[in-house]
Amino acid sequence: MKRKFITLRRIIRAGGINFVRNAWLSIAAMAVMVITLSIVLVSVIANATFTHTVQQLTDRIDISVYLKDTITVKQKDDLLNKIKHVENVKELTYISKDQALQTYKKQNQGNLDLLLAISQTDNPLPATIQIKPKDPNKIQDIKNVLERADIKSLQSDPTSYSGDRKEAIDKITKATSFMRRAGVFGVIIFAFISMLIIFNTIQMAIFNRRDELTIMRLLGANTIFIRGPFVIESIIYGVISAVVSVSLCNALFVVFSSAFNASSLGLLDINYANEYFAQHFWLILLTQLSIGIFIGAASSTLATRRYLKFKTTK
Amino acid sequence: MKMILLDRVTKTYQRNPHAALERISLHVDPKEFVIVVGSSGAGKSTLLKLLTREEKPTAGKIIVGGIDYDKLRDREIPLLRRKIGVVFQDFKLLPGKTVFENVAFALEIVGMSNREINHTVPRVLDIVGLQGKEKRMPMELSGGERQRVAIARAVVRQPKILIADEPTGNLDPKHAWDVIRVLEKINRYGTTVLLTTHNQDIVNRLKRRVITVKDGKIVSDRANAEYKL
Repeated sequence: MKRKFITLRRIIRAGGINFVRNAWLSIAAMAVMVITLSIVLVSVIANATFTHTVQQLTDRIDISVYLKDTITVKQKDDLLNKIKHVENVKELTYISKDQALQTYKKQNQGNLDLLLAISQTDNPLPATIQIKPKDPNKIQDIKNVLERADIKSLQSDPTSYSGDRKEAIDKITKATSFMRRAGVFGVIIFAFISMLIIFNTIQMAIFNRRDELTIMRLLGANTIFIRGPFVIESIIYGVISAVVSVSLCNALFVVFSSAFNASSLGLLDINYANEYFAQHFWLILLTQLSIGIFIGAASSTLATRRYLKFKTTK
Repeated sequence: MKMILLDRVTKTYQRNPHAALERISLHVDPKEFVIVVGSSGAGKSTLLKLLTREEKPTAGKIIVGGIDYDKLRDREIPLLRRKIGVVFQDFKLLPGKTVFENVAFALEIVGMSNREINHTVPRVLDIVGLQGKEKRMPMELSGGERQRVAIARAVVRQPKILIADEPTGNLDPKHAWDVIRVLEKINRYGTTVLLTTHNQDIVNRLKRRVITVKDGKIVSDRANAEYKL
């Protein structure tokens, strides 16, 4: 037990000493790790920001149901109740004829002709139910319910989800769901490539020192004793790289969000990105740390393996 | 009990149909000092690699210090190597460690406490004449000094056998003799020494048992012998 403890302490110590003595190699390896970890981090945040933007866009999608003027209060309440229980309905808003008129007047304040036209007749605007869907991709489900004969008979006009408007909504939802998937895909690709690069870097670093491994083997060191310090050293790379990459991205977002104050870069809302980063700071740091530690440990374990094999050929 | 026992050992490498060693039988007693001579490619290195278990024999039996190599499993190889001290022509020091750390490493492997290490290493460095150079890196030493570090590392665990594979091959005559004197000293302390060398002068002046290997066979094995190929 005591001997095991001594060995463990020696392995950790040797890893630390190797890290310091191989300073240049360590810096080179860490530089690669910092860059790749930062790329992954930025792509994750970009993806989150992008998703947020898309969300805002799809949040505006709704269906309006226009009711006949002859409808009774009871019929209206029944209808609201029915729609409320349809799957995929997130939110219902009832706009009475009067409210509709008010809104119309407000929207067209500058247009005297229209205001004049509408005041000369009895209120021509129908009472409306606005339905927000949970998933804009499945908006057709709601529409199908609204097309049922008993409900359809209460409507003065076809719902807003028809004709050109339907086409536009369908296009937007299709595009956004594609973009969302592309974003996730991009993050995965970046993460994968980064892992390969880091893995390769650590392999190269160990390849440079393969003689040491063989010598230790000849002296009768067992596998853990030889591999341990290399794994510890790589874990130190991982930890430092993670911390540096998170601080680097932090600095980057602070600078950018003040430089592009209150503006956004196309689909990338830089303020939201900054906010997202600040909100998830600890989670991000923890994730980066675990990625760094995991890749460091795994790649050094794999890289040392080939030099630690015993020859068994006869 | 014999310290080294080889019984009809044959080693054939995969890509070479010609046997590197052919039915070699050899006995070495405890505390003996044996010199193995032979030109390059005669099979000396193969012989040593079989003893350190860097290679497995194609046929035949090897027993070193009571350990039967047939019964040795791969994960027991480190334990075997801890019982054999090896010195190489190219020193094989760990470049990133100081003189002290290189020697101490051999003891760290076996889990010796720091107190024991701090006690033992300076004494061994003293034996090989390297006192005061504990903190040097291998790069800062001469060839002869490096080889003496390697010897210190090989003997610090007090192995029963010390295998020295052309330890003087890279050294000038003065340093070569320094190294040989250290080997003799270690032999006097009771360690079996197996030395391979090309150096005729050393062989002739040592007046020890000389085994001559040629084309994978032992062609002569005589006590107090001289160098002859």
